[in-house]
Amino acid sequence: MNHMPRLNRRAFVIGGAALGSGLALGLDIPFGGPTVVRAADGSPEVTAWVVIRPDDTVVIRIARSEMGQGSLTGLAQLVAEELECDWTKVTTEYPTPGQSVARKRAWGDFSTGGSRGIRASTDYVRKGGATARTMLIQAAANDWKVPASECTAANSVITHTPSGKTTTYGKVAEAAAKLEPPADIKLKDPKDWKLIGKGVKRLDTVDKTTGKMQYGVDVKLPGMLNAAIKQCPVFGGKVKSYDEAKIAGMKGVKKVVKVGEEAVAVVADTWWHAKTAVEALPIVWDEGENAKVSSASIAKWLEEGFDPSQHTYIGNENGDVKAAIAGAAKKVEAVYSYPYQNHATMEPMNATALYTADRCEVWCGTQNGEAAFAATVEASGLSSDKCDVHKQMLGGGFGRRGQTDYVRQAVLIAKQMPGTPIKLLWSREEDMQHGNYHPVTQCKMIGAFDANNNLTAFHMRISGQSILFSLRPEALVNGKDPVTFQGLNPNGETAFGYTIPNLLIEHSMRNPHVPPGFWRGVNVNQNAIYVECFMDELAHSAGQDPLEFRRKLMSKNPKNLAVLNAVAERIGWDKPAPQGVYRGLAHFMGFNSYVAGAAEISVSDGNKIKVLRIVGATDPGYAVNPAQIDRQVAGSFVYGLSGLFYGGCTVKDGRIEQANFDTYDSMRIATMPKVESIIMPSGGFWGGVGEPTICVAAPAVLNAYFAATGKRIRSVPLRDQNITFA
Amino acid sequence: MANLTINGKPFNIDVEPDTPLLWAIRENIGLTGTKYGCGIAQCGACTVHIDGVATRSCGVAVSEAIGKQITTIEGLASNGALHKVQQAWINHDVPQCGYCQSGMIMAVAALLKEKPKPTDQDIDEAITNICRCGTFQQVREAIHAVANA
Repeated sequence: MNHMPRLNRRAFVIGGAALGSGLALGLDIPFGGPTVVRAADGSPEVTAWVVIRPDDTVVIRIARSEMGQGSLTGLAQLVAEELECDWTKVTTEYPTPGQSVARKRAWGDFSTGGSRGIRASTDYVRKGGATARTMLIQAAANDWKVPASECTAANSVITHTPSGKTTTYGKVAEAAAKLEPPADIKLKDPKDWKLIGKGVKRLDTVDKTTGKMQYGVDVKLPGMLNAAIKQCPVFGGKVKSYDEAKIAGMKGVKKVVKVGEEAVAVVADTWWHAKTAVEALPIVWDEGENAKVSSASIAKWLEEGFDPSQHTYIGNENGDVKAAIAGAAKKVEAVYSYPYQNHATMEPMNATALYTADRCEVWCGTQNGEAAFAATVEASGLSSDKCDVHKQMLGGGFGRRGQTDYVRQAVLIAKQMPGTPIKLLWSREEDMQHGNYHPVTQCKMIGAFDANNNLTAFHMRISGQSILFSLRPEALVNGKDPVTFQGLNPNGETAFGYTIPNLLIEHSMRNPHVPPGFWRGVNVNQNAIYVECFMDELAHSAGQDPLEFRRKLMSKNPKNLAVLNAVAERIGWDKPAPQGVYRGLAHFMGFNSYVAGAAEISVSDGNKIKVLRIVGATDPGYAVNPAQIDRQVAGSFVYGLSGLFYGGCTVKDGRIEQANFDTYDSMRIATMPKVESIIMPSGGFWGGVGEPTICVAAPAVLNAYFAATGKRIRSVPLRDQNITFA
Repeated sequence: MANLTINGKPFNIDVEPDTPLLWAIRENIGLTGTKYGCGIAQCGACTVHIDGVATRSCGVAVSEAIGKQITTIEGLASNGALHKVQQAWINHDVPQCGYCQSGMIMAVAALLKEKPKPTDQDIDEAITNICRCGTFQQVREAIHAVANA
């Protein structure tokens, strides 16, 4: 995400709590120091990031969450690079947010979104590794009574060069942990990296192939009961009443509880019993004023945002766009739209909570351990030193598990049954209809040309929903949501890739009652469709090749141009496509990475698309693990194209209509194109990789569809326009 | 009560006969490698083998599974050795979040038993599991690697 303050509201809550609880628990020294801090098995911590066992096993602490994106492995590579340890002896563990808070946030930010997992951690985790290496070398030097400068470390072995003596990290870790950490730590020059940049295998694969990996949904605790929930189908509505007597005799049912104002849960011995009972429970809802809202009423409201009399926030402006359009030789105008989309993580939302009068613990998959912790503290009403969260593997995140609604609910249920662990699992239907949806927007664009077909002005007016308005109002800037302008900003990590003499990009904010959220790629998804499909329209209107048309506007954006050129070259843009194959291009910038895509498709019967091939190029500055980047690029195309073809959540009577994968489909292997990923790190900066490239797939395919059919598609999903995968 | 044979072992569980096999496996037997994704046999996360046939266990009642040989992801390895599909998944670094992979691996194992050298079209027709992380490219690559081993 763009321009996000480093701490969100919940992190501030924790920040405030940190000092108090740290003192209360009497813990100190996040980095080494005279008192040895020990891991659960008694092994010494050399730094907060590195525990070394006597058998030379290296335990690297990971604060960010692993949800499939590979950050766990990449972060371990960063630490191990500086630590100079034996990669085959590396294992990882999550510190808990409670431990972190008690140690004055020794592990920094836990939040895992905005493709920040690696790029926002690079300096301090590498420093954690380098500090540990220095201390381990010093401990060996002390033992040998030689200067540390005569010693080197590689592959977990320390060598005293003049004498040839050697020892291992496991042998000196105990002594190293007692040393004062050095104040000045120099990180390696990137040219000396051995492990960063290498496509090593993930560290967490084996258990995912045997069924052994434990996700939140798999948590088992002694005496645990299971809860199934029904939330008011209309967002913002409340429970009016429910008739508990109707399900009193049902098998396994233990208790029926109200959850906040908005939901009722049944607690039973098994989840299947709980779910069967909650579906039989008569509930009367107070649906409130939103019960009349529909997709059509939302669309109408968004269209009104195009009226010049309506207020806008300006995201990017230069020259005088209105005058330039008024004096243009020709202008082109189009309106695009993008729908609500559910994250549809394969593992539905769930959390397990155990509450007693003086302790509350939660086990769950979360993209932000600290936010889940803050939700636990808040919902339990206990102080932060009495709470903790145990992170589990996430069965998908994509932004959804950055929210903590399910954590709060689990705690609120457990609070009504003190001493009994409660696992709350949402049904797929609850998950589909109570998401934090990709925000809905429309976009009106006008391009103006002079008499020589030069683009003189570009006016882009977005009307629609702000994510920050709903989720982080404190991050709005004088009311403006900077995240809305991802990929459209004048500069920074999500900058606009074209130079146009007269430019105006503005946002008329309209916030329907459907809760928005950060959905993989966030606002680059629709912003890239808007800009890159419209650029294609402008190129055709000017009678120019879409690649050449873009290139002329990109002379001041060499990194954008480099990725665009790379995909054009790989797809063979300068040669004719094979018979029946059509091509489209797109490029964008997001999450501090430069990305481009080129698609080849064929179309049958005018409405059946076969996506044959997509080339994706990414310049993330530094590439930590190219093999995992390839997988993120290919995987993000599946997510993005699923959104393009199927991903629309429609609103009727204030609620989401789609309830499961039968009405909200997702790509399968048969529709997967061949993906060729070009990783072209140009150095000097750290960009994200989990999200940026997602946004070029859809516009590249839509532009190819125009090349094939002459038809412009300006709204998503294709499902609603009777266009399908072939 | 129902008698089920899972991974070669008999289980006698207290469960209503119309309970979906998925939930009997997860909650009554306690094998959690088989995953819940949709409950309507759309996503394939709950795929197990029933008498060798890849089947979405959320759509099968316990009563229909009595007397049949049920294999879950936990029973795929034999004598401590991983199944060739599991090994290929490791070699090709297939899983991302991994949640759908139990079902994916079970579906692929059944396909390869039936067709040891599947074509791309065979794969497209037989493997219809949803993976939201989008591991399909590696899935296809790993299937061909097993077939050509």
